[in-house]
Amino acid sequence: MIKIINIGMNHETAPVELRECLASEQDSVLRTLGAIRNIDCIKEGLFISTCNRVEALITSDNSEEAKKCMISAMSMIGNIPEDDFSSNLYTYEDMDAVLHIFRVASSLDSLITGEPQILGQIKEAYAEATREKTAGVILNRLMHRAFHVAKRVRTETFICESAVSVSYAAVELAKKIFYELKGKKVLLVGAGEMAELAARHLKTHGAESIVVANRTFDKAVRVAELIEAKPVSFEEIESQLYEVDIIITSTASKEYVITYEQVKKSIRKRRNRPLFFIDIGVPRNVQPEINSLSNIYVYDVDDLKGIIRMNMDRRQQEGIKAERIVREEAVKFEKWVKTLAVVPTIISLKNKSESIIQAELKKSNGALSEMTSEQKEAVITLTTSIAEKIINDPILYLKGKVDRPTLDLYLDMTRKLFNLDQDN
Amino acid sequence: MENVLYYLSLFLELFASLGLVLYIFRQKKTLFWCSYWILFAGFICHTVFLGYRYYLSGMAPVIHFKAALSFFSWSIIGVYLIFQFKFKLKVLGSFVAPFAVFLMIFSSTMPWIDIPVRPIFKSLWLTTHIAVIFIGNGMLAIGFLAAIMYLIQEYQIKHKRAGTFYERLPSLATLDTINNYSIAYGFAFISFGIIIGSIYAQQVLGTYWQWDPKEVWSLITWLFYAALLHQRLAAGWQGRKVAIMTIICFFILVFTFVGVSHLLGGYHSFRNMGLQETI
Repeated sequence: MIKIINIGMNHETAPVELRECLASEQDSVLRTLGAIRNIDCIKEGLFISTCNRVEALITSDNSEEAKKCMISAMSMIGNIPEDDFSSNLYTYEDMDAVLHIFRVASSLDSLITGEPQILGQIKEAYAEATREKTAGVILNRLMHRAFHVAKRVRTETFICESAVSVSYAAVELAKKIFYELKGKKVLLVGAGEMAELAARHLKTHGAESIVVANRTFDKAVRVAELIEAKPVSFEEIESQLYEVDIIITSTASKEYVITYEQVKKSIRKRRNRPLFFIDIGVPRNVQPEINSLSNIYVYDVDDLKGIIRMNMDRRQQEGIKAERIVREEAVKFEKWVKTLAVVPTIISLKNKSESIIQAELKKSNGALSEMTSEQKEAVITLTTSIAEKIINDPILYLKGKVDRPTLDLYLDMTRKLFNLDQDN
Repeated sequence: MENVLYYLSLFLELFASLGLVLYIFRQKKTLFWCSYWILFAGFICHTVFLGYRYYLSGMAPVIHFKAALSFFSWSIIGVYLIFQFKFKLKVLGSFVAPFAVFLMIFSSTMPWIDIPVRPIFKSLWLTTHIAVIFIGNGMLAIGFLAAIMYLIQEYQIKHKRAGTFYERLPSLATLDTINNYSIAYGFAFISFGIIIGSIYAQQVLGTYWQWDPKEVWSLITWLFYAALLHQRLAAGWQGRKVAIMTIICFFILVFTFVGVSHLLGGYHSFRNMGLQETI
């Protein structure tokens, strides 16, 4: 009986140094697939390698042997001794392997649950396997089901929908205020990794330009260069208030960098355009009272973290729903795999009836020779459909027994009844 | 026949509204589109009903309050069905349809009285006057609902509450745009409607304007909307202020529509449109 096996490591089981060894080189996927093709006991194979996971999905009749071969292939390609990484590996078989790959594709096994990249990476891995012709009947079906499951999880749960990082939460909020970021101007006050990241994020989502202000102008210039922005001096902040739409602050200043009075003064000149403050500085850089001004919104780091915490909880809850979907689909898939066991018997049954028809037609060749070709055609159709009707019920019966432990008995009985094994 | 159409459209519109309200909580596209097309079917029934009334009476169906409410409801739904394609904002329907159906239910509680129409009202000019103003009112009603949605969403963002409505409602900019668009077009329609009305008044009554209470209040409403548009264009008002002002303007409009006809009388009021009242 054919088994589906999953061997690999992810961000939980192995440190990055180890994962790097197996995923470092560009062609490591190709080389692994090549190795899979050359190992006899492995029928089909697929190799996934991303920054958070390295794993092989294979099918085999001889699971123990296949596992051993796969591990030694990995050790060879990663150029590390087996003992160094075998304790970091996880292996799943059959139903567990199916569940695992469904969970991976649906991003339930990711470092950040619900992150969207993984599906693309798996699709790429599958495409590679089809190009290298290492994917066959089972993997084809399995991967298509996995994509289907991922899609269901994405549309039926909210797992991918909410932001779980400060910079992404800031982008989402900005979109709730401005609808789109196209043409919006961003002012970055101070420098800090998180603030820079938020600014970069805003830009990739369409923000038109970024202006950077810093107490030391040199630093502003340096940061501006990094993120393709325009540096301005700290004194220019007040005049920038008239221009920009989004302000990110992250300075170490003990006093407010932007005060209520400054902003209030700017409203008229801004013609009431909305202004969105993202205050990442601790202590806060933007006077909190500014939030009470009309069309102006101030979010400090705690507000953003609050949103993220809520989204995290939500993802966890949605995760339960997603696990249910995954399980449901895995059960369906398992049923399909089991039908594979009856396929050879069904094929021999069909072959047998086909060969009987051919033999009998040959025998009656003389009697049939006087018929017109249309009549001959009718006789052939008639015999074929009779034969099909006769074997139809046994086939349905076998398919119905796929889930039963007594399946082998029924298969055996069928082969004997129809004398399938002594024919050639 | 009329009753069947009236109640059929009420039923379909009510059903669609329930679907659209449910859509806020269960974000299923099919749920939305089914409700949308049921609403459309209700609108068609409603249109046939109004057409039939027009055929019978020869006047736009505003002879009494019941008819006027149903006509108002019809115009809101009609404008919404078109706006949906412009703004592609599904949740708008969840606010507009219940509002329109509320008017319709209110209208259904009143008895239907057939009053012969005074001949002076049987004119295409007059029908156009009424229809144009009602379409304008429908747009202004949608502007009003967009303003309410704006204030809800603004409250959520200001107070940092990322609740159900925060996710379901669109961005502030989108709601502000819908408000702007509805008010600008609605204002154009009511202006045009008032002009048609006064031209007709000149023809049949010999004067463009005669300080009838409805005329006075229409002028007040018109001035308020004009002020709103002016503030937006000239003073750069937007967002919250505009939303609040829109709501105030709409209440004045509702008073002109309901209050003036019932409280202040005049030749625009319902009781003076029927024939027997004047005899």
